[in-house]
Amino acid sequence: MLLLQIDTALIIEKLILISAILMVSLGIAMYATWGERKVAAIMQDRVGPNRAGPLGLFLPLADGLKLFFKEEIIPDRSTRFIFILGPCLAMLTALMTSAVIPWAPDFITSSGHTVAFQVADINIGILFVFGVVSLGVYGVMLGGWASNNKFSLLSSIRAASQAISYELAMGISLIALLMMTGSLSLREIVQQQHGFWGDGYFTWNFFKQPVGFIIFLTCTFAELNRAPFDLPECESELNMGYHQEYSSMKLGFYLFAEYINLFISSTILITLYFGGYNFPFMDQVAASVSPLLFSIICMLVLISKVVGMILFFMFVRWTLPRFRYDQLMKLGWRSLIPLALANMLVTGILILWVFKSH
Amino acid sequence: MGIYDLLFWVLSAIAVGCALGVILSRNPVNSVMFLILTFFSISGHYILMNAQFLAVVNIIVYAGAIMVLFLFVIMLMNLNADVEPQKGQLVQLAGVISGGVMFLVLLAAIKTAVPVSIDTNSIDIGLITNLGKVLFKEYVLPFEISSVLFLSAMIGAVVIGKKEPLTQEGEV
Repeated sequence: MLLLQIDTALIIEKLILISAILMVSLGIAMYATWGERKVAAIMQDRVGPNRAGPLGLFLPLADGLKLFFKEEIIPDRSTRFIFILGPCLAMLTALMTSAVIPWAPDFITSSGHTVAFQVADINIGILFVFGVVSLGVYGVMLGGWASNNKFSLLSSIRAASQAISYELAMGISLIALLMMTGSLSLREIVQQQHGFWGDGYFTWNFFKQPVGFIIFLTCTFAELNRAPFDLPECESELNMGYHQEYSSMKLGFYLFAEYINLFISSTILITLYFGGYNFPFMDQVAASVSPLLFSIICMLVLISKVVGMILFFMFVRWTLPRFRYDQLMKLGWRSLIPLALANMLVTGILILWVFKSH
Repeated sequence: MGIYDLLFWVLSAIAVGCALGVILSRNPVNSVMFLILTFFSISGHYILMNAQFLAVVNIIVYAGAIMVLFLFVIMLMNLNADVEPQKGQLVQLAGVISGGVMFLVLLAAIKTAVPVSIDTNSIDIGLITNLGKVLFKEYVLPFEISSVLFLSAMIGAVVIGKKEPLTQEGEV
């Protein structure tokens, strides 16, 4: 059997990496719930959570415990299997995307063994992300349908149509970026954005694709179901949204998956447009510290950029009011898609006639 | 039996099993979910043939977009096992006959087909660069014609979906 010829050291290394990434995603998602409340409080001139521990820092733990100990209710008229499957799918798709993100440059140990801080370097990395994101809507849709509640169903239909509409513009804006990078691998996209300044221009893709970035960002808001596009869960119209019939940890899974999605989407945005783990003067830093320390610095840089991005998402949520549903669809189909197409065309023309790089 | 053969047989079993599930399950939502699983196992076959791009596009387009629309329609129309219209005996017989004829044609086609072996050791056969070169050099005309076909289908959908203008009397 060939099964026995697999490199066990590699498997152990990857397993450690996977568990570390999962722990970090869960931890950041946990504290994002705390951060969201604190940001909301500060922006509304309140104190915010301050009971559980210093600054209310134990609040996520208390929340989790509360959800675990709540009574589990499965509605009588629900489709039981799909009802349970819904939150599982939401969580699964939220956690899967982190597999292709490069968290830090490769680190070569003294024995010559290369440790890659990326679970899988597949050459279609960004398409993998896209595939998983497009599957993410099933958790919401199946959960809302299986609850056998009109409001849940309406909400899940809203979520699905919103996700499909905005995926188009997102994909087209991404095509413009991929035309510039010439690669679908996230690892290569990050490596091309090395440092901050090179060849007389910024290396980060944000400066090369500003319009594409804005379209991508807007679509990310819609894909995440976050304000101003949080129509699938708008309380005033739909009571609670697709997770109305859920209780206990199943509800927790839905809410938690949203925060994990927020973290992962911020990471993808940073990786694609803001240089991933790259930072200005990284060559000088690399020359003066040990390789392991350099990798850790890069990882910390990535995480701090991601935290900044998450804070931006939160500021927007507590600043802008919610769109109306027809406004949302108009924005997606009549503004963003034509804009993304024009952006793609201009990028193509520039590459072909001005830069002549391909 | 190596890991390749093992994976092939496991994936084939899942694909055939789920495809049977699509037509045998009473609830349309379960059918849709079986169909999604079938697409996943087919994507697994693509990966075994080193066609990662095809595999992931299969997931994005079929499992991620088209099946969501299927689910959409089923949910909107509230199709359940109890409201599924029961077909008459004659219609069922016609279905069996046409299906059997279709099967016969397929069998005849497969019988004369020359199997093309895929070199599973060459890593870059299904990569996006090679695929792009083949599509835009060797098959550029069929590729463009099919895209025009899609465009016309899209325009057709817009025309059908457009609201009828109000008539002179103010009634539709």
